[in-house]
Amino acid sequence: METFTDNILAVLLFTDLLLVGMSRLSGCISLVAVQGVLVGLLPLFSPEHVNPRSIVFFVVVCALKGVVFPVVLSRAMRSVNARREVEPFVGFGWSILIGVGILAFSFYQAKQLPIPSALVAGTMVMPAALATILIGIFLIVSRRTAVTQVLGYLVLENGISTFGLATVSGIPLLIELGLLLDVFVAVFVMAIMIYQINREFDHIDADRLSTLKG
Amino acid sequence: MQGTSIIPYLLSLVLAPLALGVINRVKAVFAGRKGQPLLQAYFDIFKLLRKGAVYSRTTTWIFRAGPVVSLGAVLLSLTMIPWGGFPALLAFDGDILVFVYVLGVARFFTVIAALDTGSAFEGMGASREVLFSAIAEPALLLGLVTLARLTSGWSLSTVLPGVSTATWIMAGASLSLLCLAWMIVFLAENSRIPVDDPNTHLELTMIHEVMVLDHSGPDFACILYGSSLKLWTLGALLANVLVPVRTGSAFIDILATIGGVFALAAVTGVIESTRARLRLLRVPHLIAAAGALSVLSLVLLVR
Repeated sequence: METFTDNILAVLLFTDLLLVGMSRLSGCISLVAVQGVLVGLLPLFSPEHVNPRSIVFFVVVCALKGVVFPVVLSRAMRSVNARREVEPFVGFGWSILIGVGILAFSFYQAKQLPIPSALVAGTMVMPAALATILIGIFLIVSRRTAVTQVLGYLVLENGISTFGLATVSGIPLLIELGLLLDVFVAVFVMAIMIYQINREFDHIDADRLSTLKG
Repeated sequence: MQGTSIIPYLLSLVLAPLALGVINRVKAVFAGRKGQPLLQAYFDIFKLLRKGAVYSRTTTWIFRAGPVVSLGAVLLSLTMIPWGGFPALLAFDGDILVFVYVLGVARFFTVIAALDTGSAFEGMGASREVLFSAIAEPALLLGLVTLARLTSGWSLSTVLPGVSTATWIMAGASLSLLCLAWMIVFLAENSRIPVDDPNTHLELTMIHEVMVLDHSGPDFACILYGSSLKLWTLGALLANVLVPVRTGSAFIDILATIGGVFALAAVTGVIESTRARLRLLRVPHLIAAAGALSVLSLVLLVR
């Protein structure tokens, strides 16, 4: 089963790199949805094989990350007429290079971490989780529109649950579902925020908020 | 090196222009046209060889040497590619690097021949070509390093035959990323559509075509044949990885690789018919993405 996990994680890393280099928002949203489903697949291939916990989790994740989030976000995107990330703080060429750098760094760093090998299924889990988390953070700080920042937040969350799900003992189902609920509420609130920002300012460039004086 | 190695080499020399014909035929089918004959590239080359060349007074010997040296370099790079179960004509440790840089020499001479004309127009094309190939080179090289690591050899003759169905099962993710990266490099290096349009003669869009605009007669025949050979060389490289048929029977192996190259040509034709050319500013992103994929495939293997 380790090779399956490794292949899923390889596809996860691939979507990370695509996300960093993509400017069309609808494309980004569907990529993040694919990522969510991939992460949901992970517990199905965990060492203890299929059990009710992983199946419940897979269904919930697919419903939330695969269907609800994309729908909410594309609706928010359409309501504010944002089609693509036009001028990110970091250009797309540089973004790809930085993405590759993050990847190399995560693979290097994951080797340094003193994690007992019995705890994690496969050698790919740590680097993939680390890279996904870092790329999520990078998306949040380097993009201008609020939609992409929400996507960055989701990628970050995907990275965290990758680590949680692929570990052998795993996190209890209740905590995982609680986390998902948190993320769900966050995305919902953020989608409303995007709409409100747009209504106030006629655009969703979040960086303009920093010029507000309080 | 064996005497029989000359067979696949000669086959490459003969079949290379046919790949151009396949691309054009696929494009014609997509456009609903009858299209030019499959052998058009051969006709063009023979026609050009019979004609005389015109040289402008501003050009020097560099302009005349350019096409010949480029063709020679591509011919040399082709000797290092083993296919069809035969060892390559030229094989030594480290020929991976030599292969990439011999292709670099071919490009360099095309570029300085273009600059030698003194035309600003050709200089523009040369500058674009150099920029794009500088980004494409790491992608190709890193891909080769990935394969070298996978098969633990430093010669194309041990690396390429080392890729088999077993390696695909062992490192499938890494190899598929590699093939994706090389496909982009293949399109970029052969100036096909997402990067360059081989049919257009508009100054805003041309890269390769603009550099060879001043060449005529036999020189242009050299360039045409050289670019079809380059297509074949990179195609054979990619087909070796994509279609790892190693039955041991020379006939089937040769047929598999030839089929692979022609399938690549057909895919190129489909891409050319269905995709628009990228805006020039976005082309480096695409090629950089190829580099990123190569790095990812290497990282997946090394970790």
